[in-house]
Amino acid sequence: MGLRAESRSWGIGIFLVLTLFFIPALASAKEPAPPESGEAKVEAPTPEGETVSPLGYPLNFTAVDNPNDDGMKIKLTWELSPGDQPELGKKENPVKGYRVSRLGPEEAEWQLVTVQPPGIAYFLDEGTEEFPLENDVLYDYKIEVVGEGEILSPPIVQKGIVSSQQFFNTDRINILVCVIAYLCILLFYIFRARKGHELFVRRIAGLDAVDEAIGRATEMGRPILFITGLHDVADISTIAAITILGKVARKTAEYETPLLVPNYDPMVMLVAQETVKQAYLEGGHPDAYSDDMVFFLTTSQFGFVAAVDGIMVREKPATNFYMGYYYAESLILAETGADTGAIQIAGTDSVTQLPFFITSCDYTIIGEELYAASAYLSKEPLQLGSLKAQDFAKVIIGVLMLTGIAATLFGWMWVVDLFIAR
Amino acid sequence: MYKILNAFLKINRRWIFLLVLLGVLIPLVLGKGLTRSYPGAEVVKVYDFLNNLEEGDIIILSMDYDPATIPELNPMARALLRQCFNKGIRVVSLTLHPAGPGVVITLVDELLREYSQPGVNPDGSVRPVREYGEDIVFLGYKVGTAVNILALGEDVRLSWPQDYAGVELPAYGSDPTQTTLPLMCDVQNYNDVKCVVTISGTRIPEYWVAYGYQRYHVKVATGCTAVMFADFYPYLQTGQMIGLIPGMKGAADYEELINRPARAMVGMLPQSIVHLMIVGFIILGNIAYFIVRRWEKRGGGDR
Amino acid sequence: MRREVPVLICAIMGVAMIIQFFIPHPVSQAIYKTVIKWFIIIVTFAMVLGLLSLTRMHLTKLRRGDKDWFFSLVTISSLFVNLLVGFFSFRITDSFIFEGLKVPFNFFTISFATGLAAGSPFMNLFDYIQVPMQATMFSLLAFFIASASFRTFRARTVEATLLLVAALIVMVGRVPVGHMISTSIPALSDWILVNPNMAAKRGIMIGVGLGGISMALKIILGIERSWLGGGGE
Repeated sequence: MGLRAESRSWGIGIFLVLTLFFIPALASAKEPAPPESGEAKVEAPTPEGETVSPLGYPLNFTAVDNPNDDGMKIKLTWELSPGDQPELGKKENPVKGYRVSRLGPEEAEWQLVTVQPPGIAYFLDEGTEEFPLENDVLYDYKIEVVGEGEILSPPIVQKGIVSSQQFFNTDRINILVCVIAYLCILLFYIFRARKGHELFVRRIAGLDAVDEAIGRATEMGRPILFITGLHDVADISTIAAITILGKVARKTAEYETPLLVPNYDPMVMLVAQETVKQAYLEGGHPDAYSDDMVFFLTTSQFGFVAAVDGIMVREKPATNFYMGYYYAESLILAETGADTGAIQIAGTDSVTQLPFFITSCDYTIIGEELYAASAYLSKEPLQLGSLKAQDFAKVIIGVLMLTGIAATLFGWMWVVDLFIAR
Repeated sequence: MYKILNAFLKINRRWIFLLVLLGVLIPLVLGKGLTRSYPGAEVVKVYDFLNNLEEGDIIILSMDYDPATIPELNPMARALLRQCFNKGIRVVSLTLHPAGPGVVITLVDELLREYSQPGVNPDGSVRPVREYGEDIVFLGYKVGTAVNILALGEDVRLSWPQDYAGVELPAYGSDPTQTTLPLMCDVQNYNDVKCVVTISGTRIPEYWVAYGYQRYHVKVATGCTAVMFADFYPYLQTGQMIGLIPGMKGAADYEELINRPARAMVGMLPQSIVHLMIVGFIILGNIAYFIVRRWEKRGGGDR
Repeated sequence: MRREVPVLICAIMGVAMIIQFFIPHPVSQAIYKTVIKWFIIIVTFAMVLGLLSLTRMHLTKLRRGDKDWFFSLVTISSLFVNLLVGFFSFRITDSFIFEGLKVPFNFFTISFATGLAAGSPFMNLFDYIQVPMQATMFSLLAFFIASASFRTFRARTVEATLLLVAALIVMVGRVPVGHMISTSIPALSDWILVNPNMAAKRGIMIGVGLGGISMALKIILGIERSWLGGGGE
C-alpha cells in the first residue's frame, strides 16, 4: 500500500470516528423537555384590602421527576423570592427560608419535607423513612416563603407529580459513544494486524537493552533481579511488568541464568509464578524452575524495600529490572542497585519517580512505553494492533483538545458541554 | 587543583550523608526554628473551605498512610483535626491503608485527650470539649480502595457496619440519644458530608477523585507527601480537588493558618537547610565537573 | 478449561458492569451493591494468601537450613509474635475510641478490641518498633537524594540543564527560605509546577488512561491473558 492509500485510510477513519462522536452527542444536547407537571398556581389568593407581603412569591416553582436515576426522587426548583436578599446576612434578610411540603394520595395533611435556607432555590426530595417517596404515585407539592415570626407567603402548588425509574442514563451517552468508538478503533487495528499489515513501532532503547542486560548477567554468572512494582495485579503497569517478566524468564531459562523475583503483592506473586513457570517450560528447562525464585516479601512499602536492598547486597545481581509502579522507594532501590554495580533498567508510569530512575538507572522506559513493551518484545499482531489503536485515539484526543480550546475561545460552550462526564 | 577537584567529584557519599545529618540535627538540637512558612495558595484553599463550613457540618477524613510518612502527614492531619474541633465540624475518620489504623488511633486519642477538658488554645481562642462518637468516629480499615470509596457513595454501612471498636453503627436517621455514636445517625453516604479530606503518601487520592468526585460529585481535598504533590496538581487545576496540602511545608502552612505552629513548623529550618545544601552540592558538583572536563580536553590531567 | 473459565467469567462480569454503569434502574443498582460486597470478600482473601505464602517460604528455608536462615527465623518470629500479641494483649484502657465499647464481655472479644487501644502491648510494638523502623527507611531518601543529586545531576546536555535548573528553582521555592530570599522564587517554582510540569503530567496521564482502557478492553475481550499467568493468548 502506498503512502497515499495509508493517508486516505487515516483520513476516512478520523472522519468516521468524529461523526460517531458528534451526531449522537448532538442528539443528546437538545433542549430539555418542559416539566411534565401541571401549571403552578397560587392556592390562596391575597385577601381583599391586604397588600401582598413584602416577601413575595417564589416564581417558577417546578417539581419534576429527577432524571436518570432509580426513581423515588423529585427535583424541586424555584426562583428566589424578590424579598430574598442573602447578601444582608441571616438576621437582616426578611426571608428566613422556603418551606416545602408534600401531599400524597392517601394523606389528609401536608407533610413538611424541608425548609431550605434563603438563597437556595432547589431541593431534591428523596423521601424519609417516615414518609417515603414511591414510584408511579401522584404527589402534590407546595412552597411557601418563611419570614420573620413564621409569617408565610401564600403557597404555590404543583399538582400531580410522579417519580419513576429510568432504564438508561442519558447523561452518560457521551461516555458510551467514546467507549464504543474506542472499541471500534481497537478492533479495526487488531483485525488489520491479523491480516498481515505491517505496523511500525519506534525504537525503545530501554527494551532493546533487555537482551544485552540478560547477556551480561549470564557472562558474570550472577543472578537477575526483577521487581514488578508496588501495585496489585489489577494495575496496568503490573500487567505490563509481568508480560516483560515472561520474556525475561524465557531468556534466563535458555541461558540458565538465576532469576530472583521478589513480590510486594501476594496475588501478583501467584501470577508471576505461573508466568515464570510457563516461560521455563517454553524455554526448554522446566526442571530449572523453582517456586523459591518468585516469592512474596511483604505489603509494607519500606519493609519491601529493606528486604530487596538486603537481597541486592547479599546476592549482588548483575542486572536489576524495575518494572511497574513505584513510590518514594524508587530511589532507595536504584541507588542501592547502582552501589552494587548492577546494570539497571527501569520502566514505570509513575511520573514523580521517573526523574529518580532516570538519574540512577542505565535505561528508563517512560510511561506508556512500558505498556508498549509487550507489543515491542513479542511483535504479536494483537499487541501491535492495540498499540496502534492507542496512538490513533491519542490523535483524536489531540484534535478534540484543539476543538475544545477553539470552542472555549469562541464561546461555543455547547461543544464543551458535550464532553462533560456526569 | 585537578586532583582536588577530581577527588571532590569522586567523594565517598558517606561524607555527603554526614553533612545532611548535621544540617538536620544542628537546628533541632539548638531549638532554632522558623516562625513563618508563607502558606501557598493550594493550602489556603483547603483551609478556607473548612473555615466556611458551619458548626455541625460533617466531613470524611481518610488518613491513608503508614508509619513511614508520619513525620510528613501526621502534622497536617493534626492541624486539620484541630481546626475541625475548634469549629465544631464533625469528622468521620477512616483509613484505606492496612497500616493506617495504628497511626489513626494514636492521633485521634491524642487529640481527644487534648480536647477532653474545656480550656484555652495557645493562640488564646476557646478550646471546646469534643467527644468520641459525638464529634468524631473512627471507622477503621477495610481492604480494597476503590470498592470502599464506591460503597461510601451508597451507604457507609456497606463497608463499615461497625466502628473500629466494634460498636454497631446506628441506623441513618435514628434517635441519636439511643446510641454511643450519635454522629453516624446523620451519615449515610456522600450526600450527608460536605467534603472528603484524604491524607495519603500513595495514589489513593486519585481513587477518591476518580470514584468519589467523578461518580458521586463529593468534593475532595488532599494532603500528600511532597514527592506526590506534582502528581496531583492537574486535579487541582481542573477543580477536581478543592485544594492540596503538600508535604511538611504544607503542614507548616496549615499550622500557620490555624495559628498553632507545631512540629511541622519546627521541621522547616532543617528542611530549608538541607534543600540549600543539596542545591550547593549540585552547583559545586557541576562547577568541578566542567573544570575537570575542560582540563582533560586540553590534555591537562594530573596537576 | 483452566484458562477458558476465568476468561469467560472476566468477559461476562466486565461487560455486565459496563452496561450497569449506564442503567440507573433499581435492579441495576441492587446488582452493583451486591458486586461491591463480593469484591470486598474476594480482596480480603488476598491477604490470607500472602500470609500463607510468606510462612511457607520461610519455614521451608528454616527446615532446609538454607543460607541466611536466620533472617527467615526473624521474619517468622516477628509475624507470629505480632499476631499473638494482637490477639491476646488487652488493656482496660482510657482510650477514647474504645470508651463506648458495649460488647458482651468475654476474654477474646475484649482482648481483640482493646488490644488495639493506645498503650496496649500490641500498640507499643507498633509505636516503638514498627513506626521508628519505617520512618527510618523513609528518611533514607533524604540522604540518597543528596548523594544521587551530587553524583548524577550534571548539565551534560540541553535537556539535562533544563532539568537541573528547574530542580534548583523548585527545591528552593518549596521551602520558606526561598520566600525569604525573594518572593519571585516561589512564584517561579509555582509557574514551573503549573505549566510545564502539568502539561507533561497531563500528557502522560492521557496516555496512561488510554493504555488502561486498552488493557481493560483487551482483558475483557480475552485478547490479553498475561494476568492468568503463563503469558500468550
